[in-house]
Amino acid sequence: MKKFIAGLTLAAVTSFAWTINGTGSTFGYPIYKVWAQKFYDKTGNMVNYTGTGSGTGITEVIRRHVNFGGSDKPLTPRILKLAKLYQFPTVVGGIAFGYNIPGVHHLKLSEAAIQGIVLGTIQYWDNPIIVKYNSNEHLPHKKIIFVHRSDKSGTTFNFSYYLSKMSSIWRKHYGARKFINWPTDAQGRSIAGKGNFGVSAAIKTNNYSIGYVDYADAVKNHLEMAYIQGKDKKFYAPTPANFSEGAKFGGFDPKKDFYKIIAYPKHGYPIILSTFILIPKEKLNSNKEVAAFFNYAYNYGDKAAANLGYVPLPSSVKAQIIKYWQEKGISPAN
Amino acid sequence: MEAIFKKLSALSATTILLILSAIFVVLFIYAKPAVQKYGIHFLVDPRWDVSVSLNKNSANKTPNNVNKNISDNALNPAPIGENDADVLAALGETNTQSSNNTETIYGGLVPIVGTIFSTILAMFFAVPIAMGISIFLAEIAGPKLSKPVGIAIELLAAIPSIIYGMWGLFYFGPFVSHIFGGSSVSLLVAGLVLGIMIIPFMSSLTRDSMNTTPEVLKESAYAMGATKFEVIKDVIFPYAKQGIIGSMILALGRALGETMAVAFVIGGVFTFPKKIIDPTVSIPVVLANNFAESSGMSLSALFYLALILFVLSFIVISFAKFYFLRDKK
Repeated sequence: MKKFIAGLTLAAVTSFAWTINGTGSTFGYPIYKVWAQKFYDKTGNMVNYTGTGSGTGITEVIRRHVNFGGSDKPLTPRILKLAKLYQFPTVVGGIAFGYNIPGVHHLKLSEAAIQGIVLGTIQYWDNPIIVKYNSNEHLPHKKIIFVHRSDKSGTTFNFSYYLSKMSSIWRKHYGARKFINWPTDAQGRSIAGKGNFGVSAAIKTNNYSIGYVDYADAVKNHLEMAYIQGKDKKFYAPTPANFSEGAKFGGFDPKKDFYKIIAYPKHGYPIILSTFILIPKEKLNSNKEVAAFFNYAYNYGDKAAANLGYVPLPSSVKAQIIKYWQEKGISPAN
Repeated sequence: MEAIFKKLSALSATTILLILSAIFVVLFIYAKPAVQKYGIHFLVDPRWDVSVSLNKNSANKTPNNVNKNISDNALNPAPIGENDADVLAALGETNTQSSNNTETIYGGLVPIVGTIFSTILAMFFAVPIAMGISIFLAEIAGPKLSKPVGIAIELLAAIPSIIYGMWGLFYFGPFVSHIFGGSSVSLLVAGLVLGIMIIPFMSSLTRDSMNTTPEVLKESAYAMGATKFEVIKDVIFPYAKQGIIGSMILALGRALGETMAVAFVIGGVFTFPKKIIDPTVSIPVVLANNFAESSGMSLSALFYLALILFVLSFIVISFAKFYFLRDKK
């Protein structure tokens, strides 16, 4: 009886205005904040989101401390079942190669060059493998300083996932992880930065350095960004248009709870990632609210996302997500 | 009334002991899985978060052999993107590592060495400057100068450490690398930034203890014909010795545990610094960088590191106290 009354009062409150809490992915934080603000202005409902990192997002939602968790790394259907979670993607983004070589502004990196740089087999900028596609640039005989993340991160996971897909040598020896013992560390040619912000700063302040950075941060910090060779051997500039070209080939499947890491698509810029939302299966009421928030974001949030350097999901994927909500009985009440 | 007052103050004193031992116990409980798994070998193993295949475990006792690790991993390539051991551990599932027949090795030697070196570097840099500042303020400068400079130093002590970190990352690091070579984040930059951070503590405490020297002592030394240098060396320093060493110990403690500023400028790379201008990593930095994203064994290894830092600072500080201050009282 008590529960029933509590439920009634809760329903009464929620029909008026409600609050949901989420935590996790720092990659998604800037856009979720903008969406939450717009959503509040429109509906009066509050969405609180804190950027604590994908790992925390996953554990907090597993412990049911929050209404939803954000993660840059999707969970496999098997684990989702174990943890009793639903999952869907929200936005797509790109990881750029930021670099700092005085006098060089149009660096093109082939797959062989990227593989050599991360594996440490290419040590100098004037290596023939790099020069091959950059004959117009004056590449100096200077050691390459490789900049990576010092903290465990979803960005590192997605970047190393791309490397694993692109290079079988990388896949064999290192794989896709949130923390990598980079081969360049042992050669004394790498430095690390804390967060995307730390990596950007390290690239900016060290000549002859190169590193992987979240695209939005690279733009914010005015880094030079390399053209990257895609799976189709064409070179792509890191631009939202080229990210969305890649995202078209993402191949999200609602039957697998959208479990898909979209890096290295057939065409388009190859180092792309999507960020995901995890919600607890049994909490129907709050899930409907979470769905309402993201439904609003899918409908009205694309422009805000593009302004921040994200790529909105293709409309076909959005339709799939809305259908997924319906199947799970959590479609947002309009 | 008297009795209550006595009881109350005794209670506050025991609170400290209670908190100290409670922290130690909690650290130990969380670190236990890692302590059991890696034992004392953790202290001398330079590998952090390196997976090795289980059947080759015995061959891996020789650390620092990167090629060896590479070839070991090559035998058992994990399926990419399926490494969810951390998540499973959070769900309470154990025994996930046997599935791909590899295990992850955590060793603390690199951060331990980095912590010790950066602290030594900071002390090396800060002690002479701090002594110079306090001698100047206490004895040489007139009150018109020493008042504002003293306040400025105390203000320096109040600056949050993250501000030192940002300043180090964007301005001081590139400046240092311009002079000494190397990259803009390194052991050297971390040591210097740490040194700058602890100077105010050391100098203001030292100045205060120098100021407690009775005027009579100084006056009589001057009357005997002693010069200013002799008075400082033979009267003030011996008199203020305890306070000066105390200030150094406090500063040392701060340097050992400093996190945010060092996290920005030390480089965060798990390698030994071959030169002073190479990047490396320290214990608090490892903790700050990895805590949010860790669970299971990696979290336990972090607690093991925290325990080591706790014991390390405890040992260093108590050693300093007993060694330097043993002849007093």
